[in-house]
Amino acid sequence: MKLNSCAVALLAFSGLQFGAGGAALAQELTGTLKKVKELKAITLGHRESSVPFSFLDDKQQPVGYSMDLCDKVVSALKSELKIPDLKVIMQPVTSANRINLLGNGTIDLECGSTTNTMERQRQVSFGVTTFVANVKTLVKKNGGIKSLADLNGKPIATTSGSTAVQLIKAHEKGAKIDFKEIYGKDHAESFLLVEADRAVAFVMDDVLLAGLVANSKTPEAYRMLNDVLRAEPYSLMLRKDDPQFKALVDKTLMDVMKSGEIKKIYSRWFESSIPPRGINLRFLMSQELREILKSPNDKGI
Amino acid sequence: MNYDWNWWLFFEMVADTDATWFDMLMSGLGWTLLTSACAWLLAFFLGSLMGIARSSRHQGLILLGNAFVELFRNIPLIVQFFIWYFVLPEVIAPLKQLSLSVDPTQFQFMVSVACLGLFTAARVAEQVRSGILSIPLGQYRAGQALGLGSLQIYRFVLLPMAYRTMLPPMTSEMMSLIKNTSVALTIGLTELTFRAREMGEFTFSFFEAYIAATLTYIVVALAVSRLMNRLESLLAVPGFLGASK
Repeated sequence: MKLNSCAVALLAFSGLQFGAGGAALAQELTGTLKKVKELKAITLGHRESSVPFSFLDDKQQPVGYSMDLCDKVVSALKSELKIPDLKVIMQPVTSANRINLLGNGTIDLECGSTTNTMERQRQVSFGVTTFVANVKTLVKKNGGIKSLADLNGKPIATTSGSTAVQLIKAHEKGAKIDFKEIYGKDHAESFLLVEADRAVAFVMDDVLLAGLVANSKTPEAYRMLNDVLRAEPYSLMLRKDDPQFKALVDKTLMDVMKSGEIKKIYSRWFESSIPPRGINLRFLMSQELREILKSPNDKGI
Repeated sequence: MNYDWNWWLFFEMVADTDATWFDMLMSGLGWTLLTSACAWLLAFFLGSLMGIARSSRHQGLILLGNAFVELFRNIPLIVQFFIWYFVLPEVIAPLKQLSLSVDPTQFQFMVSVACLGLFTAARVAEQVRSGILSIPLGQYRAGQALGLGSLQIYRFVLLPMAYRTMLPPMTSEMMSLIKNTSVALTIGLTELTFRAREMGEFTFSFFEAYIAATLTYIVVALAVSRLMNRLESLLAVPGFLGASK
């Protein structure tokens, strides 16, 4: 996806606006923008059960908070590139294949709940933070666990391959708590381990825990400990070294944040009934997220 | 393709630990080999018993052997893992007790050995049965003519030849077993594929992680097949299968 000479032809109609100044620059299209312009299509990667960020509704269509934000990016693409009939292709991705599908060009933008980390930034790039998850500890109310110290010697579930694993390890050292980790294949299985009393706690991003609890048979049986193990910034994921597309994604997201429209989108997915079963997560906006929305950034952890 | 290869990654420390990614993969290989070895012992002995049962003339034993083989061969391995790990402890109280009393990793290991052992035993049973049935009926009759009992005929006439015939398919089963241990990642056993996946998730360097895991599996599988070839020529009976090498 490097510049090539035929892109010169595109120069004729590529009067793009970038940057806060809004100065119109006649700029040669590169990267994803060039690809989208040529194909008149963009492929969005979505998750199938990342509630409420990106998941399938009762009609098997991908919906969610991140999908709404991606729609904004698509609208921006339509107007910036002057392709009103831009085709949007949906491609389901998993946590294991999202990076490779992005790298090989199968998807152009991932609309999920991917944590922006420095280590991952060696392979991909992230838009400005759209959500901040706090890693917390889910326990059963009647399990007798009042604080992290009570977890000493107990089995704790976590999902393999998620950033929570390293966090527990870091914490294990710091607080001198000696617990046993059990890995679940996915969040549902980790939760199942707690439900069946095989693990006393499940360490994961609070928003995902809230989704699992809301969907469980007995939501009132669970609570989260107050300790925040770490704040994790989620963002839309795009290809690395693609400055034009990144600028467009960032500008679109920051406009949505500045105009306050983000509050409506947030409320629609976190504080109202959502498909497919009409569950309401009742997940109030955290202080961390409020601050990010006031002064957006794309810092990874 | 927009991908940054970074092979030095294997020597970088995993955040918040004292180990490198290479150490992590090697610890994964350790679990893979240990699980394979234990599961193979179980599969070999149980599979042999079931195979012998199926080749016998007792209707009851044949039925038992058939039921065993059909049960464990007809359910996908990943489903068997799920049943062993999540369903059975909820139904069988002592198993639940065990899952709560031992270290979670030990329990995952035990479940993996049991699950893979029984799954592979069903396949070994088929090999043993066909190995025994491949021996001409005349040898059984000759044993009878010499006044040997059924057990003696198996012990001294049929099995020594049958196991030699079975060595090549047994080698395949052994190699399948080693590769099948990767399914144990679905219950959280930290074997080789688990570690490769983990490395991919954290660093997003999926290609390096899986290439390393692939090469490791190839090396292990090649080593097993070479060892078994040696064993085959060591045990060969002149004039029979495998002796010409």
